[in-house]
Amino acid sequence: MHLLKSTQHDHAIPSEITPSGVYQQRRRWMQALAASAAASALPGQARAQTARPGKLAALASEKSAVPGALVMDKLTPYADITSYNNYYEFGTDKGDPVRTAGSLKTRPWTVAIEGEVKKPGTWDLDALLKLAPMEERIYRLRCVEGWSMVIPWVGYPLAELIKRVEPTGNAKYVQFVTLANKAQMPGLSSGSLDWPYVEGLRMDEAMHPLTLLTFGLYGEVLPNQSGAPVRAVVPWKYGFKSGKSIVKIRFVEKQPKTSWETAIAQEYGFYSNVNPKVDHPRWSQATERRIGEDGLFAKKRPTLMFNGYEAQVGQLYAGMDLKKYY
Amino acid sequence: MALTSVQPGRPAPPLKLAQRLNKLLLRKAAKPLLFLLALAPFLWLFYGAYADQLGANPAEKLIRSTGDWTLRFLCITLAVTPLRQTLGLSALARLRRMLGLYTVFYGVLHFLGYAWLDMGFDVEAIVKDIPKRPFVLVGTAALLLMVPLAATSFNRAIKALGAARWQLLHKLVYGTALLGLLHFFWMRAAKQNFGEWSVYAAIMAVLLGWRIWRRTQAPR
Repeated sequence: MHLLKSTQHDHAIPSEITPSGVYQQRRRWMQALAASAAASALPGQARAQTARPGKLAALASEKSAVPGALVMDKLTPYADITSYNNYYEFGTDKGDPVRTAGSLKTRPWTVAIEGEVKKPGTWDLDALLKLAPMEERIYRLRCVEGWSMVIPWVGYPLAELIKRVEPTGNAKYVQFVTLANKAQMPGLSSGSLDWPYVEGLRMDEAMHPLTLLTFGLYGEVLPNQSGAPVRAVVPWKYGFKSGKSIVKIRFVEKQPKTSWETAIAQEYGFYSNVNPKVDHPRWSQATERRIGEDGLFAKKRPTLMFNGYEAQVGQLYAGMDLKKYY
Repeated sequence: MALTSVQPGRPAPPLKLAQRLNKLLLRKAAKPLLFLLALAPFLWLFYGAYADQLGANPAEKLIRSTGDWTLRFLCITLAVTPLRQTLGLSALARLRRMLGLYTVFYGVLHFLGYAWLDMGFDVEAIVKDIPKRPFVLVGTAALLLMVPLAATSFNRAIKALGAARWQLLHKLVYGTALLGLLHFFWMRAAKQNFGEWSVYAAIMAVLLGWRIWRRTQAPR
């Protein structure tokens, strides 16, 4: 029952009032969930993670208790999540990464911590995997291209890592540097972006409990095309903000340039929060198509402010002009 | 058919192979076969949509594939005259109208895909969307230029217009070719991925370049 309650709370703010179709559909989901919870009222069962597809190594987790961490939307099928990817290092077509990412070597893997921290250093992937308890989080993912998915990620708050490396008072921003390895990534030879791909967050965004350092999805380790072995997931921002295959996390004082800002500054801002009221210069952001769920002829569904996470993250941007800081 | 352009100058002497090909192309079955062949991509996409075989985003796949096929049929249609004249494949002429109409067919499907699957036939949204995305505007213009060509594709229209005026009107297809290429270029510019575009551009350059070269060779 806890889950249902927290969801109702999440949707109590006016800008998030849901259209009746979506609302009714959600109701049916809640009823279905209640029915299945009643049917399997065994201890431990109700909080078990999503059933595994059985493709990769298991990554155990508990369902997250963080408000907003478990949306009630229907999950996007594993096959769609892992065959429709924007990961330009493996090709710019969304069908490319699933074919070409096999060459990515995810072991051994280290993540360097640099910059304004008291404890810089290099973390081995195994140490990172053990750093904090793994949680399953069911997040909406909204791509800037106008489509969305619902993905059961496995990871823990990035804040857990940040606290351990002890940022100094000068650390105002966090920069993610991702892998750029020509031998493993066929897409690097194309000039679409400057490599390596870099992304960044403001410190309070990085510390937010919804910002996830992610190691898996659907109860298994991340497939290569989804950003293995470790990536960020920031559910209230467009998907490209969530850097994949991270090799370095830098703590800096000045707002770092992101790859997309460098490429086309007038189209992609540093914040890139999901916002149906601020259109991309070349297309509308008011609606989206849910992959694997909306029928071919279904009208696109309305996009929610902050991708539906306004109750959790709205206060981070209080008083900011989101048209200016897009 | 009387709709092929009558070019001055000597036609190339037909090769043995060309003669044989011409014979094949003049067979009765050639037209219905081509009709089915050209319809195959549509049938394949239709089946794919029905059987849910179009991947994670079937709408996007349908819109992009019909766009690809429009460009392909445009290239094939524009190749008819150069092939006919350089290789002596005179029998190709009787297939040109069908190829042209298939270009329009896939172009219309492409536009319908955008208007329906992407925009839900919301006219207001479409009107707002077009100036936002110049590549949509250019694509729409490329399609509109083909409408008079399709509308005057039957024999009586040719007779009514007269061959000279009909031919002049049908030069609009070069506009469609250039706008179609620009449309595809802009679409790919978002990801700076011009590999496929360069192939179409090279083919169009040869097909249009040959026509310009022809003009300089055979002054009227």
